[in-house]
Amino acid sequence: MQHDSSAHGINMSALGRSKQSLSLADETVAIEVPGLNLFYGEKQALYDVSLNIPKQRVTAFIGPSGCGKSTLLRTFNRMNDLVDGCRVEGEINLYGHNIYRKGEDVAELRRRVGMVFQKPNPFPKTIYENVVYGLRIQGINKKRVLDEAVEWALRGAALWDEVKDRLHESALGLSGGQQQRLVIARTIAVEPEVLLLDEPCSALDPISTLKVEELIYELKSKFTIVIVTHNMQQAARVSDYTAFMYMGKMVEYGDTDTLFTNPAKKQTEDYITGRYG
Amino acid sequence: MISKDGLTHHISAQFNAELEDVRSHLLAMGGLVEKQVNDAVTALIEADSGLAQQVREIDEQINQMERNIDEECLRILARRQPAASDLRLIISISKSVIDLERIGDESTKIARRAIQLCEEGEAPRGYVEVRHIGDQVRNMVRDALDAFARFDAELALSVAQYDKIIDREYKTALRELATYMMEDPRSISRVLSIIWVLRSLERIGDHARNISELVIYLVRGTDVRHMGLKRMREEVEGTGANKANVEAQPDDK
Repeated sequence: MQHDSSAHGINMSALGRSKQSLSLADETVAIEVPGLNLFYGEKQALYDVSLNIPKQRVTAFIGPSGCGKSTLLRTFNRMNDLVDGCRVEGEINLYGHNIYRKGEDVAELRRRVGMVFQKPNPFPKTIYENVVYGLRIQGINKKRVLDEAVEWALRGAALWDEVKDRLHESALGLSGGQQQRLVIARTIAVEPEVLLLDEPCSALDPISTLKVEELIYELKSKFTIVIVTHNMQQAARVSDYTAFMYMGKMVEYGDTDTLFTNPAKKQTEDYITGRYG
Repeated sequence: MISKDGLTHHISAQFNAELEDVRSHLLAMGGLVEKQVNDAVTALIEADSGLAQQVREIDEQINQMERNIDEECLRILARRQPAASDLRLIISISKSVIDLERIGDESTKIARRAIQLCEEGEAPRGYVEVRHIGDQVRNMVRDALDAFARFDAELALSVAQYDKIIDREYKTALRELATYMMEDPRSISRVLSIIWVLRSLERIGDHARNISELVIYLVRGTDVRHMGLKRMREEVEGTGANKANVEAQPDDK
């Protein structure tokens, strides 16, 4: 909120969380979006969107339905390629490398930029096979390697203790919250650089939601995370940076503390306080 | 920057009503506290121990208001999870009641001195200073509350600036009263009472300043506590470091 809240003698680390004085200018850029336009057929869905996603931070996209936040998220691993009539103008640079250039290996891109969707979508296989799915596709079949990857990924997704005794049972027997964490485990098993989460908690109960949020907080030490959420309190809780989008435009993008206490734009203020503009 | 009209534009009409309620309760408490300051000073100067007694009795009412308003703020925080200007409003209200309650306490202290001086009889010196400083701090309290009611950062700034003048006049009065005591040692006890009264008034000025700082936080989103007056003015006028965070309201309704 302030430049120097330490002046008030509050030891923020004593509150269990280090003081946040984040600034986009100090961050390493993972994904650079310099002016992106996107069309679904004739209809323009994104208008000249520019932003930099910082490395190993959690960036949240918020905004009303249809504002383009999911569309923007999906451009980061070219998921929009699968939509008929979708056309992208501009580039997106993942560590300086344009993912929309000709000849880009999209399968490899999607390994580097993993995605988790709104509804948990485990495969109708065992828990173990779900986690190693991506690795098997990569041609890794050594049992020892796979076993290690399963434990690492499930621990990373905070699910190991709950499922370690039933790794070879069907994943469909897990609860919704466990399934979503399994999907996250499956995604991180292939060690992506970026994790895209598209409303990962909207189908979960509050306790499972908190577990996933806690997981997000832990995962950011290894991954760059971008999350789309309808739940503003969730964005406020988990993210370091927040982008507010409206009608296909990036209205405001900045550190979450400032955005939720003192937003610069009236549109942002109206949205996060639940006012009609 | 926010305006008071924006307060009632929530999609949830119930939320509008809750914010409007807690704000008007704060202003009601402020009105009562302002009257307490006035009555305490009047009781002292006019040697009206009945009025002084009344001030002491009303203090319990003010304490109750503090508890009620805090409870309302807590309920809104828990149930509505307010953000941005709504959050700043609730925080400012919840902190302002502390200052208002303290102003009430200081008024009670003055009333107690008034009763004591009444019983001792004989008007001591220093009443001119009490009347003068008393009027000024009462205006500060009123202006700080007006600034809160109107979301007026400029008026809040002027209250903060006025506090400097009070501090100076307080020191001048102390020097003068010290002279009286040296001239007439028999008056020491009574003059000391007056010094305590002035001390209370000076503290009331400080509390009014605190409230006005909260108003600036509410309106501008900048924490101006422990900032020099110069920087405070820059923040209010939008020329400070946080300039980028102040967006002109598109032609205020």
